[in-house]
Amino acid sequence: MKWKNLIKVAFKSIMKNRMRSLLTVLGIIIGVGAVIALVSIGQGASASIEKQISGLGSNLIMIFPGHARVGGVSFGAQSHRTITLDDFKRLEKETTLLKAMSPMVRSGGQVIAGDKNWATSINGVSPNYLEIRDWGLTKGEFVTARDVLARRKVAVLGKTVAAELYGDADPVGQRIRIGNIPFQVIGVLKERGQGMGGQDQDDVILAPYTTVLYRMSDGKNINTIMASAVSTEKMNAAYEEIRKVLRESHKLLPGDDDDFNLRSQTDIIETAANVTGIMTMVLGAIAGVSLLVGGIGIMNIMLVSVTERTREIGIRLAIGARGGDILVQFLIEAVTLSLIGGVIGILSGIGLGKMIANLINMSIIVNPVVVFGAFFFSGAVGIFFGFYPAMKASKLNPIDALHYE
Amino acid sequence: MKTIELKGIKKVYQMGADVEVHALRGIDFTIETGEFVAIMGASGSGKSTLMNIIGCLDSVTAGDYFLDGVHVNDLDKLQLAGIRNHKIGFVFQGFNLLPRTTALENVELPLLYDRRGRIKEPRKKAIEALERVGLGDRMDHEPNRLSGGQQQRVTIARALVNEPALILADEPTGNLDTTTSVEVMTVFQQLNREGITIILVTHEQDIARYAGRIIRLRDGLILKDEPIKDYRSAADDLIELRAAGEALEHGESREATVR
Repeated sequence: MKWKNLIKVAFKSIMKNRMRSLLTVLGIIIGVGAVIALVSIGQGASASIEKQISGLGSNLIMIFPGHARVGGVSFGAQSHRTITLDDFKRLEKETTLLKAMSPMVRSGGQVIAGDKNWATSINGVSPNYLEIRDWGLTKGEFVTARDVLARRKVAVLGKTVAAELYGDADPVGQRIRIGNIPFQVIGVLKERGQGMGGQDQDDVILAPYTTVLYRMSDGKNINTIMASAVSTEKMNAAYEEIRKVLRESHKLLPGDDDDFNLRSQTDIIETAANVTGIMTMVLGAIAGVSLLVGGIGIMNIMLVSVTERTREIGIRLAIGARGGDILVQFLIEAVTLSLIGGVIGILSGIGLGKMIANLINMSIIVNPVVVFGAFFFSGAVGIFFGFYPAMKASKLNPIDALHYE
Repeated sequence: MKTIELKGIKKVYQMGADVEVHALRGIDFTIETGEFVAIMGASGSGKSTLMNIIGCLDSVTAGDYFLDGVHVNDLDKLQLAGIRNHKIGFVFQGFNLLPRTTALENVELPLLYDRRGRIKEPRKKAIEALERVGLGDRMDHEPNRLSGGQQQRVTIARALVNEPALILADEPTGNLDTTTSVEVMTVFQQLNREGITIILVTHEQDIARYAGRIIRLRDGLILKDEPIKDYRSAADDLIELRAAGEALEHGESREATVR
């Protein structure tokens, strides 16, 4: 029998019992719909996370102090300050794959301007910090090499700090105090918005690293070095170069662990991807369970259908259909049924995803691979669960089938 | 030419461990091409079993069965399906059309299962078959919109469409009133005159009278195998029946007028 006829027969039988068919495929609709909706939202979310991560800066490598070990007891990250100004100078001199680097000496304190005050963090950086972080100024100018050399008490305010201290007024040229130390405001940073952890990246003051290091810190240890590799392809090589220089600088023996940590945006993206991977697995499990339930529904209704149509099967066998013809006929009916469920599920899943995304102000990404995957998987469910009833139909004895009442 | 040749056909059904039912105890007969044979017998006589065997729906326990020169005993399941498709046209008792399927599609069905690709234009062939049984104007009707006689004629068209060696009819008039039964027999007689071999299984003497030969079975054996020289013409009977019917109607209406 030709495919055209088989599919026509399948549709006729499905449409004959519209309500029953709809209820039968409901399991598949819900399963496929849920997966499509959640995966689309998840991929939309992870795309926006990736965008935020790459917003950290171009080819950014962050160098953190490692954790100290004393007699096998680990004190946790940053318990021991092992990144020093010397390390920074050596790196500047001995590496070739970094196009820019800046220390980041962290400090904090109460900032006072006139009758306003605000608690914020003060980061000591070098002039190329903005380039490394892909950042910019709205007003004034940034820290210069001369400022660094002279340990000048100049400050560049983040958007939030400027707004808290001066409102809409222009802070450039104004004097502020950080703790007891007077600073002159030379610029205001562009708005950067929330960081990955949700913290306000604009609630910060940038100053020359020498100023922060010698006037507000111990004059030796720097918390972090931010570096920018020459290109994305050279990231790994740059990593190795930094390790080599730092290990030499720290006089580590070949068997020793690194006493510093390197992080790049790639690492962070990978971590995020891991989270997405776990989410995908959970979704896969949900999909599996609901498709299993849906499949059992299809098997059930196909068994009913085979019984109802025993006489029809008998007639077909008597006029020359082979068992295989009957098998294929019922299989196609089961697959058609489950594919109808799959298509409705895909469409309603996309619709649902868009609705939810609108509510939480996000965009979704409908991945064609997932859509086709869902389509073919629902087809496979039809074949798998339709096989037993179809087999049963094809094994009927024509004489018994013809006289079935 | 022999269309059917049965030699020592026996059929034993095994019911349970040690109960054997001998449905056929040794049947021999030959049916020549172009014959119209009625097989008669009471229930339990073995006529249904014989029909299933002739229809290649059931296998024999012993004996040889040749259909149109083919030794059916040797065939496997798939070949039997092929034989049913190519060589036999079935007409069953009662409703054996596919529901919600037009007359034309029902008639076309055997051609769709024909794997030899012999018939190039199944639709055209099905239309011809329907026209042959006088239903050219009802082709797109579904069975529930056809009368019992019309449904049975669609079935006959379906049996014809594959140009079988034999039409096998099992109680074709079982669910029909007298006039409609005779109407259906008219179609069979006409087809037989056109050269088609027909086997009719029935328990009604009135229906068997339209065949050219009657084989009577009892307890799994042939009781009597006789040719009917002066078999009745269904067409003539139909005219008579209709005339009587009209007279009856007229009579009633005249009575109504008098009253």
